[in-house]
Amino acid sequence: MSKEWPLWEVFIRSQHGLAHKHVGSLHAPDAEMAINNARDVYTRRNEGVSIWVVKAADIVASSPADKEALFEPSNSKVYRHPTFFPMPEEVKNL
Amino acid sequence: MYAQMVDTGLKQVQSHADMSDEEQAFQARIDAGVKIEPKDWMPEAYRRTLVRQISQHAHSEIVGQLPEGNWVTRAPTLKRKSILLAKIQDEAGHGLYLYSAAETLGVSRDELLDALHAGKAKYSSIFNYPTLTWADIGAIGWLVDGAAIINQVPLCRCSFGPYARAMIRVCKEEAFHARQGYDIMMKLAGGTPEQKAMAQDALNRWWWPSLMMFGPSDAESVNSAQSAAWRIKLFSNDELRQRMVDQTVPQAEFLGLAIPDPDLKWNEERGHYDFGAIDWDEFYNVLKGNGPCNRERLRTRVKAYEDGEWFREALVAHAEKQAATQAAA
Repeated sequence: MSKEWPLWEVFIRSQHGLAHKHVGSLHAPDAEMAINNARDVYTRRNEGVSIWVVKAADIVASSPADKEALFEPSNSKVYRHPTFFPMPEEVKNL
Repeated sequence: MYAQMVDTGLKQVQSHADMSDEEQAFQARIDAGVKIEPKDWMPEAYRRTLVRQISQHAHSEIVGQLPEGNWVTRAPTLKRKSILLAKIQDEAGHGLYLYSAAETLGVSRDELLDALHAGKAKYSSIFNYPTLTWADIGAIGWLVDGAAIINQVPLCRCSFGPYARAMIRVCKEEAFHARQGYDIMMKLAGGTPEQKAMAQDALNRWWWPSLMMFGPSDAESVNSAQSAAWRIKLFSNDELRQRMVDQTVPQAEFLGLAIPDPDLKWNEERGHYDFGAIDWDEFYNVLKGNGPCNRERLRTRVKAYEDGEWFREALVAHAEKQAATQAAA
C-alpha cells in the first residue's frame, strides 16, 4: 500500500432526534466507504439513525493556547445563567 | 495485560525538581484530574509511552480475533456462531478505536500495522495459546475478557482523553463478551459428563495464562511507577490480578469446576484469596515469541493483510476514478 487512506471524523445522530455527536474516526479511501465503515465500526448496536463523515483534514479547530482568549470572557458573565437571579419561593412558574 | 510491561524509556521516575516548567504544569494538570488532549503540550516520554501502550492494546484486539476465528465454522449451533461472529467483529472494532486513539499522538495507521506485521510490535501473551475445543471459546470470554475488563475499567479514567474515551466504548461492549463466555461455560458445565470435563479442561489450560495477562509484579518497576504518576496505569499488576482471582473463584464454584491451583485458599485476615506461584518462565518465553502459537498468529495476520491488498487497491482506484469524474463534470 503506497498511499495511506485519509482520516475521517464520524458523527452519529442517535435515535432520539438529538444533534449529531462526534464518536470517533476511521480511515477510508472515499466518503462512500467512510460511511460504510462507520456503520460497521460505530453503529453495531443501534447507536444511530444518521451518519456524517468529514475529512479530518477539513476540520478547523481552536488551539489549546487560545483557550483563555476564547473562553475567559464568558467566565465573568454569570448573569447569563438563570440561577444568577434568586427568586422568592412563593413566586411560581419562573 | 492487553499491554504488558510497557516501557517508558526512563531510568527513574521523574521528580518534581527534575521537571522543566512545562513538565511541572503538565504534571499539575494530571494531578488535578484534567484530561490531556492530543493538541496539548506533553512530554515526549509520555507521548512515546502512550503510543506503545495504546498500539500494543490495539494489536492485541486484532490478533485476539484469531484464536476465536478458529471456531466460527465449528460453533455447535447457528445461534452460537452468530454470537461468536458478533464478538469477533467487536474485537476488530476495539482495535480500530484504539488505533485511532494512537494516531492522535502523531503516528500513522500504516506504521503501526507494519510494526505488527514485521513482528516488531508486541501484543498480549494470551493470544499465543491455542483454542483446542469449543469450551476454549467459553473460557476465553469468561477469563480473558473478564481479565480485560478488570484492566480496562480503570483506564476509562486515564489521563489521555482519546484513550479514555476509546476505553469507555470498549468496556460497554466487553461486558457482552464476558457474559457470552460464561454462558457457554454454564451450558457445558451443566451438560453431559464429557461436556463438563471439556469445560474443566479449558479452565485448566486458560487459568494460569489468564493470570499472567496482568504481567509480573511491578511493585519495584520504574516504568509502572512513572505510568502511575502520569495516570495511564491506575492499579498495580498484583492488585488487578488479586481482583481477578477474587471475582473468578466464586464464579468457578457456581459452575462446579475446580480452579487448577492446590494453593488456592481464602485468607480471612487479608479478605482475599491466596493463590499459588505463577510460572513466569512460561510468560517470558511466550513474550519472546516461543509460545504455542506465536508464529502461526503472525503468519495468519500477515496473510490476511496481504490477501486483502488487491481489494484495498481496488477501493483506491475506484475512489480516484470517481474523484476524476467529478472534477471533469
